[in-house]
Amino acid sequence: MKIDLFITCLNDALFPQTGLAMARLLRRLGHQVHFNEAQTCCGQMHFNTGYQREALPLIRKFVNDFRNAEVIVAPSGSCVAFVRDLYPKAAEWAGDDDLLREVTELGKRTYELSEFLIKVLKVEDVGAYYPHRVTYHPTCHAARLLRVGDAPLTLLKNVRGLTLVELPASEQCCGFGGTFSVKNPETSTAMLADKVQSVMSTGAECCTAGDNSCLMHIGGGLSRLQSGVGVVHLAEILASTESISAGSSETIGAMQVSAEALL
Amino acid sequence: MSAGGIRPARPFPEAARDTLQDAQMRRNLKHATTTIREKRLRAVAELPDWEALRTRGAELKDASLSDLAEQLLTLEAAVKRCGGQVHWARDAAEACRIVTDLAALHGAREIIKVKSISTDEIELNAALEQRGIQAIETDLAELIVQLAGDTPSHILVPAIHKNRAEIRDLFRQKLGAELLTDEPKVLAEAARLYLREKFLSTKVAVSGANFAIAESGTVCIVESEGNGRMCLTLPDVLISVMGIEKVLPQWADIAPFMQLLPRSSTAERMNPYTSFWSGVIPGDGPQEFHLVLLDNGRTDVLADEAARQTLRCIRCSACLNVCPVYERAGGHAYGSVYPGPIGAILTPQLLQLEDENANTLPWASSLCGACYDACPVKINIPEILIYLRGQITPHKSHNLENTVESIAMKTAAWIFNEPFRFEGALKLARTGQGPLVQHGAIHALPGLLGGWTSSRNLPAFPAKSFRELWREEGEV
Repeated sequence: MKIDLFITCLNDALFPQTGLAMARLLRRLGHQVHFNEAQTCCGQMHFNTGYQREALPLIRKFVNDFRNAEVIVAPSGSCVAFVRDLYPKAAEWAGDDDLLREVTELGKRTYELSEFLIKVLKVEDVGAYYPHRVTYHPTCHAARLLRVGDAPLTLLKNVRGLTLVELPASEQCCGFGGTFSVKNPETSTAMLADKVQSVMSTGAECCTAGDNSCLMHIGGGLSRLQSGVGVVHLAEILASTESISAGSSETIGAMQVSAEALL
Repeated sequence: MSAGGIRPARPFPEAARDTLQDAQMRRNLKHATTTIREKRLRAVAELPDWEALRTRGAELKDASLSDLAEQLLTLEAAVKRCGGQVHWARDAAEACRIVTDLAALHGAREIIKVKSISTDEIELNAALEQRGIQAIETDLAELIVQLAGDTPSHILVPAIHKNRAEIRDLFRQKLGAELLTDEPKVLAEAARLYLREKFLSTKVAVSGANFAIAESGTVCIVESEGNGRMCLTLPDVLISVMGIEKVLPQWADIAPFMQLLPRSSTAERMNPYTSFWSGVIPGDGPQEFHLVLLDNGRTDVLADEAARQTLRCIRCSACLNVCPVYERAGGHAYGSVYPGPIGAILTPQLLQLEDENANTLPWASSLCGACYDACPVKINIPEILIYLRGQITPHKSHNLENTVESIAMKTAAWIFNEPFRFEGALKLARTGQGPLVQHGAIHALPGLLGGWTSSRNLPAFPAKSFRELWREEGEV
């Protein structure tokens, strides 16, 4: 299958290792991957913060950039949910029927990584090796808008060497919420405190999720507390294999960032 | 006074900053919401057709709303036919005037009240007090809030922020009760003794309405304690204040709501008391019945197609109990008698998006979506929050914070519109971040972003972006 990578602005800018891991994983599974360099941002931050006039050109741009893609896969439940769930709303509120038709169709070809692996490729074991104790945080948009369900857990359970530990109150939001974290920092922090506590209570070496935005938030809290617990994107765990995991700085890159922050 | 109205005194972030400091309140809230959350899930799981019921509930409300004027006229005619009187109130002031005039006309010095959020919305208790009439709340939690001189912090459990020991002390002080323990039974008995005397001696009662049935002119109240039943049957005069969105066309429509409402609100299969009454019956119950139909901004909400579903709300409070923001910040942070996720969309809309403080409420959400999942009438609260943010942002007053944000957002959009600008901005950021980075992370940021680094580290921009690495390495 020819897969178009939707890297998302946050991943492109701050977490390039996640996009590379996703590309490597999809290739390992025998697929062709393509990255259209014209892509930038899906417009979620603008739209959700109230800047809907500013978001519309970005939505139209996304449609142009991905119009010819067979399938679009992203390492972010949040951005995929935005495309699938809110692009049609954006078109509706703008009264643009042509755009509505196009985004509705586009949304059906846009997937978050774990749901793509399980539902489309029907792969449960991606042949990964990751010898660490890991806990999984289901991000709100992946869980409630995309309904990815157990897809990420199924994939994690098949990773060799990985010990999966359950996260208490996992369904609770970590408190990121995009610009919510800056507009209501105290409330966001109170939510984060409980999430960080839950993660630490598991005794895991790291917390994983399908969204680097939430992980940036949880990781930021873990790092500030000098907890010694890291965060790592699901794609990086799934891309990791026995041959490259030993000593590879890339696969545990995110964990090293928080470890360095302790020094 | 237990009435707080719907006009927040402060912006949400500012109010939440204070409520978050109250560790006792946060413990009380966490305990209460966690308990009811789990109970609700169990009660809902018992019904195999829950999703179909939710859909039915949403459809019935939508059908009634699409035809609201007609339904209200039918209701008015039916109430009159049964010997009741109908009053139309455009806003809170008008509704208060109608009720206080009626109470004064009957020479009432005291009136008893069934817990009613619509009367809290219009600040009826304060209006009555100005006319020298004392409103007595008969719902236990409302009474607690009233005695404490506090405001409700939850739609269904207004005193959710208080624990038993706090309530015992309050009853000792205000009711002169000699309470030795804070056992629920003992606390309830103290309130019962006080309220019985009021039920038997007060001539005028005021209630809200959970539903009204247009075809028969029947009003419905759903409650748990029986205090409502007492107020609805014992006094001579009954005045019910009802938001116009509460009307349903016919009797058959009420069945799904009798399943949806109790399970969603108190996690019970059925609530203990459901009262229906149509007009007056000579020699039985109140001999005078007044129905006040309250608009107070509702027709404006109705006119907005994108946000109209807000009016489906049956005030069950399920969204409050699952909301992580409500659980931490508490009901008072919302500054309105409608707190939590539903309050975050209803309050600013009732105020026509013209109240600056209420206009901060649509941002009091991480958009986690738990409220939408819990809502028994499928109000897509996260979607309406986003819609309202879009309506409010272009009109926000230009204080410094808004201006800085607006410039940042517009600049970001300009950058994202062209990939070369995005790449250039990343290079610039990488150079610019230099002095802020310590051991691979950023610990303190200036300005608006300082809110982030007050409690969290931020990863530094890496040496290369994805697109640069992709170009260089290609075959990764």
